[in-house]
Amino acid sequence: MSELTLTVMRLGFLAVLWLFVIVAVQVIRSDLFGTRVTQRGARRDAGRPQQAARQAAPPQQRGQQGGGRQRRNAPTKLVVTEGTLTGTTVALQGQTITLGRAHDSTIVLDDDYASSRHARIYPDRDGQWIVEDLGSTNGTYLDRSRLTTPTPIPLGAPIRIGKTVIELRK
Amino acid sequence: MSSTTNSPTHHTSTIGAIGAPSRRNTELALLIFAVVIPVFAYANVGLAIDNRVPSGLLSYGLGLGLLAGVAHLVVRKFAPYADPLLLPLATLLNGLGLVVIWRLDQSKLLQAIGQAGDKAPNQLMYTAMGIALFVVALIFLKDHRVLQRYTYISMVTALVLLLLPLVPGLGLPVYGAKIWIHVGSFSIQPGEFAKIVLAVFFAGYLMVKRDALALASRRFMGLYLPRGRDLGPILVVWVISILILVFETDLGTSLLFFGMFVIMLYVATERTSWIVFGLLMSAAGAVGVASFEPHVHQRVQAWLNPMNEYKLSRSGAPGVHSEQLQQALWAFGSGGTLGSGLGQGHSDLIRFAANSDFILATFGEELGLAGLMAILLIYGLIVERGVRTALAARDPFGKLLAIGLSGAFALQVFVVSGGVMGLIPLTGMTMPFLAYGGSSVIANWALIGVLIRISDTARRPAPAPASNPDAEMTQVVRP
Repeated sequence: MSELTLTVMRLGFLAVLWLFVIVAVQVIRSDLFGTRVTQRGARRDAGRPQQAARQAAPPQQRGQQGGGRQRRNAPTKLVVTEGTLTGTTVALQGQTITLGRAHDSTIVLDDDYASSRHARIYPDRDGQWIVEDLGSTNGTYLDRSRLTTPTPIPLGAPIRIGKTVIELRK
Repeated sequence: MSSTTNSPTHHTSTIGAIGAPSRRNTELALLIFAVVIPVFAYANVGLAIDNRVPSGLLSYGLGLGLLAGVAHLVVRKFAPYADPLLLPLATLLNGLGLVVIWRLDQSKLLQAIGQAGDKAPNQLMYTAMGIALFVVALIFLKDHRVLQRYTYISMVTALVLLLLPLVPGLGLPVYGAKIWIHVGSFSIQPGEFAKIVLAVFFAGYLMVKRDALALASRRFMGLYLPRGRDLGPILVVWVISILILVFETDLGTSLLFFGMFVIMLYVATERTSWIVFGLLMSAAGAVGVASFEPHVHQRVQAWLNPMNEYKLSRSGAPGVHSEQLQQALWAFGSGGTLGSGLGQGHSDLIRFAANSDFILATFGEELGLAGLMAILLIYGLIVERGVRTALAARDPFGKLLAIGLSGAFALQVFVVSGGVMGLIPLTGMTMPFLAYGGSSVIANWALIGVLIRISDTARRPAPAPASNPDAEMTQVVRP
């Protein structure tokens, strides 16, 4: 085999190898998944965060239930704001969300203060989201009060389970 | 990750889910690319050595393609949302390893000492077994969280696997390092499998204990110092890794397990102090053992003065002296930037273990710095995908397991390539996927299988809206 052919093959092979690496990195670049963070800027009216949130940029009307039952201010996602799972979101699409240390929970809490089946969050017939404590040892707190009965969740109200805090957001 | 503050004066962020496409077609395209590259390399080696395209080209290409195709179909069926890169990257490394092992098979020098000749077909068989284990892992492990149940069984299994080479009659010292066992006509390196099992144990254990390890601490000079009794677990793992170093005389295995534990401890507790402690303890342990254990001491001497070792080996001085490291360094040097071309190097001068522990030297000589960097980047990408999987995983056990497995993989690549390049003392471990050896290939395919399973769970979009049983069962009667 001539020297020239072998040199061309040698350089060609290196080029192909690097091409593969570059293509793989391109795949990573386009491989966005998980959570998307959108900066909204500080245009909120001081002191009226709830009101401002409703007026802010049009929410993506994803995961709507059919039949026009969805209310205008219905939350579309559940966000973990404190604890080890901070930043995790779950889209609210009419399914029941279970929280607890059990492995089959929707959100598996890694928290010594959580029970294995601690609480669940589900929509009632009107699409209002309800939080219910499932007889946990240390309790579920909505704002500051411990839950005793299934309670509707206001938008943005903190639900505290052990060290974890979750909220419903639009 | 994101600032989720409610304060009206701050910038606020909204967090939304991005529906992950399944990316299986991307994986298929990359996989075809990853099979074509080794076939090209194979033809290149044949043309360089024999002036003709090797007769086995079709069967090797088809064999590798078939295995990759089976793996892809299984991923498509059982883990549709898995990471699209892990499988092609591993396939490419495995294919390149096969080609270089076949290239070393052609060396008369290695054939003469029984180190080559029929290794490539064996390696293809091991690859098939590895892919089989990968398939089994994906089919039977429907959810990685099941492994959490076996935390303490994993601990016992890992200890047994680690101790097996010490059992008289079963263990087999290979040039001083006792990390092999003999079963019938097979020799197995149980440490390769132990690393996966141990990652399961560490993940399960740290998930439960991490709060105690992270929170109960005092602050001293910017470091969180853990309480004395919380040092227990790290001390136990340290003692075990030192015992491995003393009795199995293998620095690599010891470093791998202790390093994996420290990485997982750091990730679980977010305390930098564990890394400081870990580095200090491993340095103290390594120096201490090297000063009294003759085999380890000799490895350190060979690392510090490879040229001296080469001369001693050539002059037939008493004792075990090896010219391997110096030959490997010469191989890297003669490769230069662009390499000598596949099949045109002289890395077979390394002789013993040229196609297993030292296979990286062949890559360095024949592909040069440019090719070696690409290979190391491919390893880096595998590790990156593992860490990305850990970030995306929603359950703490999956996070820790993914970080442990990718950490162990990264450490192994570092320990082996560092040893071959003379950065750290040489160990008896092998380069994942590239090197000749059944245990290594099979165990690493299983490792990739578990990572793919975790990434599938992590990237799977939220479940479809389920009808609410309460709403259906209850009839609300309104007045």
